Amino acid sequence: MARKEYSFYPGCSSERLTSASNYMVSVEAMCKKLDVKLNEIPDWNCCGASIGYAEGGELPRHVMNARNLAISEQANKGQDVVATCAACWLGAKETKDRLAHDADLLAETNEALREAGMNLQYKGEQEVRHMVEVLIEDLGYDELKKPVVKPLEGIKFAGYVGCQTNRPFGIAGESFENPKYLDRLIEIVGGEPVEKYDQKVTCCGGALAFSEPEKSQAQIKKIIESAYDHGADMIVTPCPVCQMNVEVYQGQINKRYGTKFNIPVTYYSQLMTVAYGGSAKEAGLNGQIIRARRLEEIAAKGAR
Amino acid sequence: MGDINTAMAEQYRNNFLKEVEANVEEGQWVKMCMQCGVCSGSCPLGPAWEHPPQEIFMMIRAGRREEVLKSESMWMCTSCYNCIVRCPRELPITHIMHGLANYAHRLGLAPKMNPTRRFAKMFWNNLTKSGRVNEIELSVGLYFMDGFKTGIARAWAMKDIGLGMLKTRRLNPFGFVSHKGCKDKKGIHRMLKKAREIEDRRKGFAA
Repeated sequence: MARKEYSFYPGCSSERLTSASNYMVSVEAMCKKLDVKLNEIPDWNCCGASIGYAEGGELPRHVMNARNLAISEQANKGQDVVATCAACWLGAKETKDRLAHDADLLAETNEALREAGMNLQYKGEQEVRHMVEVLIEDLGYDELKKPVVKPLEGIKFAGYVGCQTNRPFGIAGESFENPKYLDRLIEIVGGEPVEKYDQKVTCCGGALAFSEPEKSQAQIKKIIESAYDHGADMIVTPCPVCQMNVEVYQGQINKRYGTKFNIPVTYYSQLMTVAYGGSAKEAGLNGQIIRARRLEEIAAKGAR
Repeated sequence: MGDINTAMAEQYRNNFLKEVEANVEEGQWVKMCMQCGVCSGSCPLGPAWEHPPQEIFMMIRAGRREEVLKSESMWMCTSCYNCIVRCPRELPITHIMHGLANYAHRLGLAPKMNPTRRFAKMFWNNLTKSGRVNEIELSVGLYFMDGFKTGIARAWAMKDIGLGMLKTRRLNPFGFVSHKGCKDKKGIHRMLKKAREIEDRRKGFAA
């Protein structure tokens, strides 16, 4: 039996051939190394993300999240729900939070849920947590250090926490303005965190990268510039939207601003997988548009 | 849509604050704003707001209904939640801005061509169709939302990114046909229809 077991909500961008499929690959490898079992919520649906508000409104959004949580209560009894995506985690947690404080909304939610079949009823029995919470709180930094066989020595990482893993809920005990957990995780895998990375909680523009590209890319430029200014070799983040926005628009930003950005943007789970002795493929490094060569080199070396 | 707008304006005549409290998500918090301006200063897209959140709150209380609901301002929200965590009175500002934008959209007053409004609508329709987001359909839909010619130009401008995503297997070129989504699509559709009915009834949108 696995050391820990969770009810897993992977989310749309973690599916095969989607924008964060490499995140998912590395999460699977990381969890295997840590002996953590993830039980996928059967037939889970989209959380609606933040941008869903405009057409989705209030109740339909909560109902979408409540469906996932209600299925989880049935199928994965007694387990906490864990999400790897910042938006999924936020959406599900927001719904849980709102329904816990609003009896009318809860009743309406369950009225709509009955239409979904499967005899679904949302009770609010399970906690909704982010993968990094599970790593830090349930396993702890010491346990996370134990499987490290290939410390990521000599690599300087800008820990870009972003918005939705950090606000409004965040990780217990961390500040909204200067959370430190990502830097700790970088240290644990033997890397060097950029301590004074001043853009670690700056917004990348989120979904507005699609609809307001100029405004969004001005944000992304700040995030990348500061990483370079502080000597970072790569950026690391816990959020699929942050990862994508900060990685894929570098070419367009270079055109717009005459910069020469070409910095890899990775996930914490990729760092951990490589440090734990996983291959480049297991770490999903073939999913980087801007290759993380230094990580690939370490992954290619025999375990010490 | 126009009719709902007229009916709402009639029902809450001269009291836009009451209208917001009754119909906008978390609207009951608006009166708690103390006009400190921390939200406006904290917004990553602050300079892009014609009326920053603090001003929107004041305008609601001043009854400037049309100006608020027709504004592009709320559509600048990136959902970064900076304003929520910094507000000294802990107003759920992000949700209020979302709620105002959604309300304006439902009343047909939101700026028609605002790109975020159009993208958000496309996004919701995309995800509810199968229960899960179909990324290729969403991106192509976004490029071509203003017709074929601009679509080709936009797709061309995005070609390097698209190719990068395809090469790294982070985009499904056959997603138009092979995207599966949830098994219980029908159940999800019924559930959402019901949710919309309930919400419309509560907020007085129902005919």
